[in-house]
Amino acid sequence: MLFRLRIVRRLAARQERDPIVLGGSRRAELRDHQRELHNFQVRLAVCASVVLIVFFLLLVRFFYVQVFQHEYYHTLAENNRISIVPIIPNRGLILDRNGAVLAHNYAAYTLEITPAKAGDLEPLINELATVVDVAPKDRKRFRKLLEEGHDFASLPIRTRLNDVEVAKFAANKFRFPGVDIRARLFRHYPNSDVASHVVGYIGRLTQSDLDKLDDNGLAANYTGSDYMGKVGLEGRYEADLHGTTGFEEVETDANGRAVRTLRSTLPVSGNNLLLSLDARLQEVAERVFGDRRGALVAIEPSTGGVLALVSKPGFDPNLFVDGIDPQNWDALNTSIDHPLNNRALQGVYPPGSTFKPFMAIAALELGKRNPHHAIFDPGYFVLGGAGGHRYRDWKTGGHGMVDMHKSIVISCDTYYYGVAQDLGIDNIHQFIGQFGFGKRTGIDIDGEATGLLPSQEWKVRRFPQNPLQQKWFTGDTISVGIGQGYNLATPLQLAHAVSIIANSGVIFKPHIVRHIQDSQTNKLTSVEVQPVGTMPLRPENIQLVRDAMVDVTRPGGTAAAAGAGAQYKFAGKTGTAQVVAMKQNEKYDERRVLERHRDHALFIAYAPADAPTIALAVLVENGGHGSSTAAPIARAVMDFYLLGKEPPVKHDRDDESSEDD
Amino acid sequence: MINRLLAFFGRHIDRHLLAAISALLLVGLITLYSATGESVARIGGQFANIVVAFILMWIAANIPPHYLQRFALPVYLFGLLLLIAVALWGERVNGARRWLPVGLTRIQPSELMKVAVPLALAWYFDRYEAVLKLRDFAVAAVMLLVPVLLIAKQPDLGTALIITAAGFYVIFLAGLSWKILVGLMAAGAASLPLLWSVMHDYQRQRILTLLDPNQDPLGAGYHTIQATIALGSGGFFGKGWLNGTQAHLDFLPERSTDFIFAVFSEEFGLFGNLVLVTLFLFVIGRGLFITFNASTLFTRLVAGAITLTFFTYVFVNMGMVSGVLPVVGVPLPLISYGGTSLVSILFAMGILMSIHTHKRLVKS
Repeated sequence: MLFRLRIVRRLAARQERDPIVLGGSRRAELRDHQRELHNFQVRLAVCASVVLIVFFLLLVRFFYVQVFQHEYYHTLAENNRISIVPIIPNRGLILDRNGAVLAHNYAAYTLEITPAKAGDLEPLINELATVVDVAPKDRKRFRKLLEEGHDFASLPIRTRLNDVEVAKFAANKFRFPGVDIRARLFRHYPNSDVASHVVGYIGRLTQSDLDKLDDNGLAANYTGSDYMGKVGLEGRYEADLHGTTGFEEVETDANGRAVRTLRSTLPVSGNNLLLSLDARLQEVAERVFGDRRGALVAIEPSTGGVLALVSKPGFDPNLFVDGIDPQNWDALNTSIDHPLNNRALQGVYPPGSTFKPFMAIAALELGKRNPHHAIFDPGYFVLGGAGGHRYRDWKTGGHGMVDMHKSIVISCDTYYYGVAQDLGIDNIHQFIGQFGFGKRTGIDIDGEATGLLPSQEWKVRRFPQNPLQQKWFTGDTISVGIGQGYNLATPLQLAHAVSIIANSGVIFKPHIVRHIQDSQTNKLTSVEVQPVGTMPLRPENIQLVRDAMVDVTRPGGTAAAAGAGAQYKFAGKTGTAQVVAMKQNEKYDERRVLERHRDHALFIAYAPADAPTIALAVLVENGGHGSSTAAPIARAVMDFYLLGKEPPVKHDRDDESSEDD
Repeated sequence: MINRLLAFFGRHIDRHLLAAISALLLVGLITLYSATGESVARIGGQFANIVVAFILMWIAANIPPHYLQRFALPVYLFGLLLLIAVALWGERVNGARRWLPVGLTRIQPSELMKVAVPLALAWYFDRYEAVLKLRDFAVAAVMLLVPVLLIAKQPDLGTALIITAAGFYVIFLAGLSWKILVGLMAAGAASLPLLWSVMHDYQRQRILTLLDPNQDPLGAGYHTIQATIALGSGGFFGKGWLNGTQAHLDFLPERSTDFIFAVFSEEFGLFGNLVLVTLFLFVIGRGLFITFNASTLFTRLVAGAITLTFFTYVFVNMGMVSGVLPVVGVPLPLISYGGTSLVSILFAMGILMSIHTHKRLVKS
């Protein structure tokens, strides 16, 4: 310290001495003091100018940013500050004609991971599993969702947490960044597989769903939505069921924490669907089907409302709600029974003898048959005179003398071979087409098959490459006359057609949704129940066919057994469709293959015959004969619908076929 | 009695400077209240800093300039020793070696050098006033570069920059020939690529970020982007006191220290900026006036360096916040929160006042 002070003192002393000590040579270098000062002042002025210029430039910059670009930065600041949080609307309910719930929502907690915030997922999930149960199934589903490329969103690792699990996780939350508990609404189908094909299901939104919504300008309404209807009514009425997404403008800080709500637009719940379907009838129909494969469609003839639409086997739509796990998906998708197919409107089958009443009406209306004219049936029909090709009747030896009434009651093939030949294929196509064969009925579920009612023109279109195959042969017409050959119809088409007979020619479009109930006003919008057309049928002609169909279920008729003891007048027609070859790529299984070679059993019916309130079509795949398997199902369904009679407990799938059809 | 007391305490205080400084400190407290989320504790802390800094300013104002001249070299050498000590034994905080532990507390010698370097250079030029030759400028350059390099190595780029600027102002005002100046600038421009090659990656990143902040909006560009958004969204009249969304929702980083100007500008807009710039200009103008009227070369050089360094603080900080200069850790004088910089700035202001109020004594 002392040392330093001494230095300072010495330096100071030298400084004071210096000017005096300086010799002459240095004096010459002395500058003019005034000039020195002037130089300094010039430099100071330069500095002052620099100061002013720099501040001016800064102010220009401020002006540019704060005035010129104010709008732009204002928007950026608002975007920083305000985040729009979508509020997902409640999905509309689906209720049957009596108000029974077929699809509803319930709130539950899910455990969700936001992969973008979570870091390494595998260890995180392993760690999570120590707090709440995470089944291998959950992991698989999570991986699948991840692969679908949702990594920006939060994905559920567990759904439906119970209160204990919620509490346990909440206490450990700090250990799991990017993992949150959310309350979400879940879709639930309380009847599980009953009416599963009608109600359909919702599933997770996929990228292709979003692209499609984007194309239709609907993507904004799906912000925050994870699900959309995929199949059945859920799919078809998506626009009504989804509702309008609400929005909450939330002020958030830089860490994304919500500070306060600025504004909110409440969501509008989706509208409810009130169906014409009767869930109890549906359940009964499914019950009497047992474990047979097939379909049943019941229609209210006076409106076209579908009362029941069965496709067996069914599936549990609840499996799809959270994103179906691969095991269940494989089970459903690769089953040889194809449970996911809606046989009622996607399955096409030869209508077999159920086609005969329509042939009869065509023959009468087009004047090709006198109802009282009887033919002799030797058990076969010969095409093109003696020595021509023989078409056999199902009954060896024939039915003897057969007029039109009897031809329906006993289902005489020979009679209709002749009718077909006399009508010609184009008359058949044109007239019977009015019953809806060969075209979609327009029911409000997607995926309906067209079926096929052939014509000469169709055959040309069917074989565009080979002119030899394009020619229509009379022989083709003969098979069509008994509902075989190129003829193909869906069970829905059959039910629709028979309800036109039940209505004596008045046509209604089949529909499942009766009313759409506005979620805000509860106002009902009704689906049009006006007839879409009327076939100008002569009353005596339709009456003759209807009478004959009543006698089908009476002693002497092909469905006498099924009609025995009915407390109402019951009109029907049996049918059997030949299964020529296996249609689907099934695994070879001897036991099953034999069963699957059997004929399909069909039955169309309506009741009460004089003032029908229900018309239906039943198809049992490989069921053998219509009278033995299909007709009893129809009878049980009608007994329940008309009389409230519960069906007997169990039907055996191996009913022995009796001699009929 | 009171008048005599006031006269005693106010004898060496420049009232114009004091008024402008007080106004700026008040603006600083108001902005700080908003920037800290209305924290009374932080305001109290800053107020305590102000009181301490004012006392030091008063002391500095009462030290006659020739005492400063006398102690300039020893203080400079002492500071240099401390810097070397920091380089050897300094405490590492956030990866930078800036602090020297002294007993219970720790000191930051680079802060001392902000005042010591210009004083020492001014002393040197005053010492050889009569015979300034190229050699003298070379010696001055060495005196400047040794501490600057030590500080840049810590690394503390902001302080190194400020000291370089302060030293340069002394050398410039001392009369470094224009030829050499232009030559130096040319050489500097030519050596830019070399400089680029020796820079740290993060330093290069800062410069790249300045050119295009959106290159890395959540990383290196975040400060610049958010500050510019705060400024721009303020508009002409600002969002109003305590209403800045960028500040209050945590989008602005370091908003009570280096980026406090963004908070001010967001809430008071271009209009507020004009007022603030006017206040700063007044302080700088007053400093230049004092410089102009200073009686000796030493006081001229010291006053000029202090004033221009103050100006450098202001424009580097405002330029950085408004996105025209790279992000370097330079506070906005008298506004930013923090005791150290406040003390050194007000101490320098005290020296300015001393130079102004002691000149008659020196002259007579």
